[in-house]
Amino acid sequence: MLAAVGAASIDELFADVPERLRLGRPLDLPAGKPEQEVYGYLRGLAAMNVSTEDEVSFLGAGMYDHYVPSLIDSIITRSEFLTPYTPYQPEISQGGLQVMFEYQTAISELTGLPVSNASVYEGPSALAAAGYLATLHHPARTRFLVSRGVHPHSRETLATTSVGWGTTIEEIGLSDGATDAGALDAALSDEVSAVFLQYPNFLGAVEDLEALVPAAKAAGALVIVQCDPLGLGILRPPGDFGVDVAVGEGQTLGNRLDFGGPSFGFFAAQQAYLRRMPGRIAGETTDVDGRRGFVLTLQTREQHIRREKATHNICTAQALNALAGVIYLSWLGREGLVELSELLLQRTAYAREALAGVEGVEPLHSQPVVREFAVTLDADVEQVIERCAAEGVNPGYPLGRDYPELSNGLLVALTEQRSRADIDRLARTLQAAVRDTVPA
Amino acid sequence: MTAEDGRTKPAASASTDLHADPGVEHGEPTADRPVRLTETAQQRDRARTIYEKSQPGRRAFVAPELDVPRRDGLLPDRFRRTEPAKLPEIAEPEIVRHYNRLSKRNFDLDTGFYPLGSCTMKHNPKLHERVAALPGNARLHPLQHPRRAQGALRLMWELQSALGEVAGLPHVSLQPSAGSHGELAGVLLTRAYHEDRGERRTKVLTPDTAHGTNPATVTMAGFEVVKVGTNDRGGVDVEDLRAKAADDVACLMLTNPNTLGLFDTAIEEIAHIVHDAGATLYYDGANLNAVMGRTRPGDMGFDIVHFNLHKTFTQPHGGGGPGAGPIAVSDRIEPYIPRPQVVRREPGNGAGPSFDLDFDRPKSIGRLRGFQGNYGVFVRSYAYILSLGCDGLQEASETAVLNANYLMARLAETAGEHLPVAYDRTCMHEFVLTGGPMKKALGIRTLDLAKRLLDFGFHPPTVYFPLLVDEALLVEPTETETRETLDAFAEAVGEILSEAADDPETARSAPYTTPVRRLDEAGAAKRPVIRQPL
Repeated sequence: MLAAVGAASIDELFADVPERLRLGRPLDLPAGKPEQEVYGYLRGLAAMNVSTEDEVSFLGAGMYDHYVPSLIDSIITRSEFLTPYTPYQPEISQGGLQVMFEYQTAISELTGLPVSNASVYEGPSALAAAGYLATLHHPARTRFLVSRGVHPHSRETLATTSVGWGTTIEEIGLSDGATDAGALDAALSDEVSAVFLQYPNFLGAVEDLEALVPAAKAAGALVIVQCDPLGLGILRPPGDFGVDVAVGEGQTLGNRLDFGGPSFGFFAAQQAYLRRMPGRIAGETTDVDGRRGFVLTLQTREQHIRREKATHNICTAQALNALAGVIYLSWLGREGLVELSELLLQRTAYAREALAGVEGVEPLHSQPVVREFAVTLDADVEQVIERCAAEGVNPGYPLGRDYPELSNGLLVALTEQRSRADIDRLARTLQAAVRDTVPA
Repeated sequence: MTAEDGRTKPAASASTDLHADPGVEHGEPTADRPVRLTETAQQRDRARTIYEKSQPGRRAFVAPELDVPRRDGLLPDRFRRTEPAKLPEIAEPEIVRHYNRLSKRNFDLDTGFYPLGSCTMKHNPKLHERVAALPGNARLHPLQHPRRAQGALRLMWELQSALGEVAGLPHVSLQPSAGSHGELAGVLLTRAYHEDRGERRTKVLTPDTAHGTNPATVTMAGFEVVKVGTNDRGGVDVEDLRAKAADDVACLMLTNPNTLGLFDTAIEEIAHIVHDAGATLYYDGANLNAVMGRTRPGDMGFDIVHFNLHKTFTQPHGGGGPGAGPIAVSDRIEPYIPRPQVVRREPGNGAGPSFDLDFDRPKSIGRLRGFQGNYGVFVRSYAYILSLGCDGLQEASETAVLNANYLMARLAETAGEHLPVAYDRTCMHEFVLTGGPMKKALGIRTLDLAKRLLDFGFHPPTVYFPLLVDEALLVEPTETETRETLDAFAEAVGEILSEAADDPETARSAPYTTPVRRLDEAGAAKRPVIRQPL
């Protein structure tokens, strides 16, 4: 091959690299290993982790231990879905493009909004992307109002990402666990480009969108709502309230925990924002023979066409994870999604009551909840978690990590994989742990 | 299906419908249509969406038993959805069949050559899926206490170290979710660095050959884009750079080798100019596959590098993600990297090291996303690094460069007259051809060539990028292709050009053998239908 190239050696092919910049030594990494040794080493590392198979976990706070049905593994590991690039050549990418179209339809149905893209990275950065859309829509407005009920990772991601947009971020506090409507009203003005809410919020409370959205809309602000797609099985969809953009973390839809990713973010909006959407959008069309087909469409929004005038810089998104999402929703089906959401609602109510009956444990708020709720402990929360962990129970997420004002708070999440027996065990374990731990 | 099937003239062509798709039937050719296709019922079925296959009452999901007392009124009516979301009603066998049939309408890397320039479509080893799926990885909650996630944190720390060594920069954050997200991190780091020094700089330089993500990122980060020209050897126009590198410039974003597949021999001078202006030098790692173990961005003078783990480090592209876009930075940028950062702690009491998430980083730009990044991607990329090791990574880059130069030479033989290289130099891992002469002499465009290649069983190279080159074709074969595959591709291109010399219409109307033919993209954008009406 070198002869065909007309080079005497591999070194000659790298002649353009200035001599001083050549590494001139092997990379300081171990030598390569055969497959079975790599497997053995990584299996050993994985075994050092305590996964949700190793304990009874009530940890949620943005990602949840739902069962991933086996047909998802079978479909998403097919080479035809796993190994292509973004579908730049639609004639040979109809499978992936149709999946995007089906996915967009499902997200649109769940959120009650007419327009969905084909996925963004994940939840918190989806919220930040919605903030960018708001600044493009309202270039003269400079204030973001963010409920303290929005996931702390989302709030921080928005702050990181928006640093060059000329916007300020003000937080709206919570009252009994839900966004304080009075405080929001007082903060609204014609300088506010967007109001950010979460539904249900980080503390599990179902926000009263009926009360919150109209005030924000009246001030001309966009309302951006981060939501849990499984909760939308029984909750009124954001679109019903006139929400402008709904975003969220898609992990609960058929994606593994994977220590935080990859999953996918979803992004849906009212029709008016179609040409300001970030990311890929698949559209239906026909070929020269009149056959139905799908293409990436409205690409003049995107970086590869519009460059510095693009509506976002995203290129690679989360197509495979979105595929898992749409398979999951088809597997649940129209009735199954409602049944699953209803099961979460009932078990969460049972767990909330069971824990409220434990001495030293009090509900943190009285708002309606769907799949997650917060309590306060009359003991040091981190120590209680350690004691529970020693008993094989992970009782939830310590709220003090993100909310100094809730330093004795614990956030408890349910999935269909946590049975009544598991909940009873949590109550017993927590009771003993709180009793044996000194107050915070 | 191999390339062989498409190499006959279209009139006699057998179906190369992907994966021997049985749904396409070929009718008698006519003058205006060398191959006529008719649809079978099965094929029409495949274009039906899952919503159109829905039948009331069908289902797959079996709900777990309600094992707690049912209570009414838990959710006030005004919060309750009145009508279920119109999801499909369909049984498991039909779901599986639906998506399996759809999959057969995709071309994929495991099936055929995919020389998509700047995308590094190299083989995705199968071990990686197995290790990523281990329950200790797949079912590990991201908020698990670090004490109970030691394996994952150690893996991330070891990956950080390995990537830092490859980049020649000591500090690595794995957090960004993809290349464009890594770019955003890099430009935000640059902003934080300058602001911490009390400087307000407003401009970022990008070459006119840059990936579109570069200028898009600059705008999103609140800077103004200033373009730098390209010289006649395909490198940065150093005089233009010198003129534009003023004290209001925050950063130069560069790819080296650049998007023309050429190593910029003036890189040391470029780094000097940028640093003398007080700006940072950013390395777009999309082309890192060319140089592993040969040279390192850090040694070239770059301050910030992003990696595309889905390009260089074999994370499967998934039809458009997931990826991951870690960044490596120099000492002066380190205080600002995203948090949390995975750190190794030495207890000093004779016990082994432990691994932790460090949130206490007061100058950090903050989070760019939830949790710790796309860990599942890290597992796969680290498996790749362990498998190849120091020698293997270097050999991968060397073979990628050899394969690119070999294919460039072979294409010069089979197609050089009409499809010459844009810059006649030794290339790195990819190279650019210009279809200008082909368009003039044969009356077919680069797009037509690309579409005709589909009939020959090849994914076409990247087309119309870089923008600088007329009718550009950016070809990246990667190291995992055999000589025979490269030869077959070069011959196919030659054959398409000879065919076009006889009859350009064949290419202009291609493809013929794909599940659908050319699609009305303008119509799709004019009247967007982006969801199924239900």
